[in-house]
Amino acid sequence: MQFLRVKGEKSHHKVVVYALSTCVWCKMTKQFLKDNEVEYEYVDVDLSTEEDKQKIRQEIQNKGGSLSYPTTIIDDKIVVTGFRKDLLKEALGI
Amino acid sequence: MTGITIEQVRKRAEADAKTYGYFLTPDAELLQGLLEGLRVNEERYGYASCPCRLASGNFDYDRDIICSCDYRDPDVAEFGACYCRLYVNKDVYEGKAELPSVPERRSLEKQARAFLTPATAKEEKHEAAAGEEKMIEIIPKIWYCKQCGYMVFRDDPPFICPICKAKKEFFAEVKTRIDFLG
Repeated sequence: MQFLRVKGEKSHHKVVVYALSTCVWCKMTKQFLKDNEVEYEYVDVDLSTEEDKQKIRQEIQNKGGSLSYPTTIIDDKIVVTGFRKDLLKEALGI
Repeated sequence: MTGITIEQVRKRAEADAKTYGYFLTPDAELLQGLLEGLRVNEERYGYASCPCRLASGNFDYDRDIICSCDYRDPDVAEFGACYCRLYVNKDVYEGKAELPSVPERRSLEKQARAFLTPATAKEEKHEAAAGEEKMIEIIPKIWYCKQCGYMVFRDDPPFICPICKAKKEFFAEVKTRIDFLG
């Protein structure tokens, strides 16, 4: 699966964003992380192959997430559904 | 490729909002992003499915999330905006209420359809066909506008009458009954 990594100064959390390329809220989430210098990786699910979509679905659901976008998973355990600045700030300590 | 422009998408959304008594989101940047997402989806799939939901590319599976989606009316009624927040109510439009966070109303089962491979989609189709027989028992409601007589076949009455703009309260349900003779 092709995750794209966006470099940032704050790299002590593992931040993974499952996004849609067409979704403006996903774009805002990416921008918010970037603006706050948080290092993260993301995948645009709608542009993924069928095989990868299956893997993504399993990964999100295994971690207790729903199939809504954006889904941000922090340190493999905190799942944030939607662009929720408050929850992201709290989980990332920013 | 349908070659639709963002202006065409905007005009369509504006007309739809006007017809049903909604407003487009007041945040210009957000609006532009949402319209662009709709435009891309229309080019990609041939229909403008919700930019904030994963579409399957199979029209039958995506029918409920083509904008304006089946969930817009109950979401605007409950939260003041639809799921992607393209359509909002008057209070949100005028800044009297904040743009809300809207949880996904679409069932997980339907969301999961977007992840079907062509092979599993086939199996699912058989199951769906079996499910359709059960569906016959569920009879959607018929509503009529007491002001102009407009009739509509849906679960709840529209927010306003698309013809005469009467409010939701002007709608009354037409009671239906199925009798079997002989």
